[in-house]
Amino acid sequence: MHPLLTVSALTMDFGGIRALDHLDLRIHPGEIAALIGPNGAGKTTFFNCLTGIYAPTSGDLLLTPPDQPPRRLNGLKPNRITEQGLARTFQNIRLFHNMTVLENVMIGRHCRTRAKILGAIFRTPATIREEKAIVGMSLALLERIGLADQANEFAKNLPYGAQRRLEIARALATEPLLLLLDEPAAGMNPQETLELDELITSMKNDGLAILLIEHDMKLVMSLSDHIFVMDYGRKIAEGTPEQVRHNPAVIKAYLGEETDHA
Amino acid sequence: MLTVKDCRQALILGLWFMFLTFPILVIKVNPVEKTVVWRWPNMLWVGGVSACVYLLSRVFLARRAARQERIRLGLEKESKGLNLAVFRQPKVCLPLLGGVALFFLAFPALFSTYQLNIMITALMYVVLGLGLNIVVGVAGLLDLGYVAFYAVGAYSYALLHLHFGIGFWTALPIGGLLGALFGLLLGFPVLRLRGDYLAIVTLGFGEIIRLVLENWGEFSQGPSGISNIARPGFFGLEMSLDGSITYLYYLMIGMVLFTIFVVNRLQDSRIGRAWYALREDDIACQAMGVDKTRTKLAAFALGAAWAGMAGVFFAAKTTYVNPASFTFLESAIILCIVVLGGMGSIVGVIVGTLVLILLPEYLRALADYRMLAFGAVLVVMMVFRPQGIVSTVRRTYTLHR
Repeated sequence: MHPLLTVSALTMDFGGIRALDHLDLRIHPGEIAALIGPNGAGKTTFFNCLTGIYAPTSGDLLLTPPDQPPRRLNGLKPNRITEQGLARTFQNIRLFHNMTVLENVMIGRHCRTRAKILGAIFRTPATIREEKAIVGMSLALLERIGLADQANEFAKNLPYGAQRRLEIARALATEPLLLLLDEPAAGMNPQETLELDELITSMKNDGLAILLIEHDMKLVMSLSDHIFVMDYGRKIAEGTPEQVRHNPAVIKAYLGEETDHA
Repeated sequence: MLTVKDCRQALILGLWFMFLTFPILVIKVNPVEKTVVWRWPNMLWVGGVSACVYLLSRVFLARRAARQERIRLGLEKESKGLNLAVFRQPKVCLPLLGGVALFFLAFPALFSTYQLNIMITALMYVVLGLGLNIVVGVAGLLDLGYVAFYAVGAYSYALLHLHFGIGFWTALPIGGLLGALFGLLLGFPVLRLRGDYLAIVTLGFGEIIRLVLENWGEFSQGPSGISNIARPGFFGLEMSLDGSITYLYYLMIGMVLFTIFVVNRLQDSRIGRAWYALREDDIACQAMGVDKTRTKLAAFALGAAWAGMAGVFFAAKTTYVNPASFTFLESAIILCIVVLGGMGSIVGVIVGTLVLILLPEYLRALADYRMLAFGAVLVVMMVFRPQGIVSTVRRTYTLHR
């Protein structure tokens, strides 16, 4: 099977600092991959390169949608990358706080719909149909994450865990091939983490590929099919949770300090 | 409710204001008769009034803090802006709207031409406010040079009329299009800018347009301006002066209704949502697949198009344009209308216009203190109601399961 995402020799320099150093990784369709590593290892930098917020110094990012030729993602604008099928959440929640919960999800539909200014002014039948479809699909997504009852609330009024789930729903609304979650469980209580675990599993069952950055080792070990370990901008290990757990380099770099979690 | 500390603060504040206003309000030097008059009662007034205002504001703030505490504890519900829910019920809404419509329809019959002219000006500011509202209120791009597009519209009609004898109705769409074009011209270089930086560049752009109009004599006839611009025609019908003003009034009403209609539809659309999202968080907005460039440019162009059309109306109303009508003060007033009325709210902009344009006209006696009052009103608003007189209400969707 072709990998969905192929990253080869990805390098990112900030002035004299090499934040990413010839990073290689592959993610296959339908799998949950995790990216772990100590703070400052370059995980979020990698996400930002992948989603177009930074332009990588060198290397290749290739996305291969099913039954289609591979597409190079380097240097595309963030919104074009989202159109290609990558959607992300943010480490520190970035919802549209003064918009309603439903509208937050509806924004995710923006790149899959095409109503223009004139269509909006004249409210053509096509625009009305499209709006209805947007609302319908967004509501369905809210049902799925259990926030349909709060659809008309402001996003800022939601509890923390719900805000994290809403960010995921907003990303799902863009119909991604690969979902990128940047520390989805950060700051969650055990109950919220459990709900997140269920949500991620159910998305996997729908055939969605997921790449997550996470510090909660219990969550990572139980969810992931494949784990990549980074340190100082390099990939130091990869493999199944079992292989990574027993990799001496990983233990030295990272897990060694947190044996009681692993 | 008032503590000793508050009273002491009020006393200090009163003394401070007495000190500050002492040279202006107390000493009156008459250089002709070489006398100095000491007006001590003024000093007492200043001290007394400022202390009272301070105490009142303390009471108000304390009550508001207490209310917020109760809201936090769940004892009271949060009210969002003026309570508009009452006005949304058809029973209240329809007669109210009917009344307002009747009033505006009958306005020319009830009031003098002078009043009518004031009302036309106010309606023009409503259109300008609603246009700027798209840029500042909805898309969150602080534009301090909005008057430039107003000038573009006014001069496009004036020049087209002067050189080619083009009439109002042809000039109206051309003015709008030229406004939009200049909006795009300004939009491209400032795409990467945000907040303060954007404000400075747009401010500069506004001044550039005005200075060009002032100094490029061959093109715009410089500071002397262009006169004898035709009023809007009605199928070649000859109209008296009063008649044509009344006609312009109704045209302006039509223009306001058209603007409200378009802005309202845009706000509830795919592009309107993208504007709101851009205002909230542009990084997340782009990451969710919204094309930042296009969305920003659309906001600039649409806002500017309305300013352009308002400019054509302005030229037609005064039959004369010169660069002095398009100073930074105009931009500031339009921005004040949007901020005071409530960013992103159509009703807010209309209320803001009535307050900022009509009140000064009818309180001519206090004209000397106009700018003082402007400043005071804005400061008070920012302290007590930062969201504006009427806050935005997000559209809610009824849920079908």
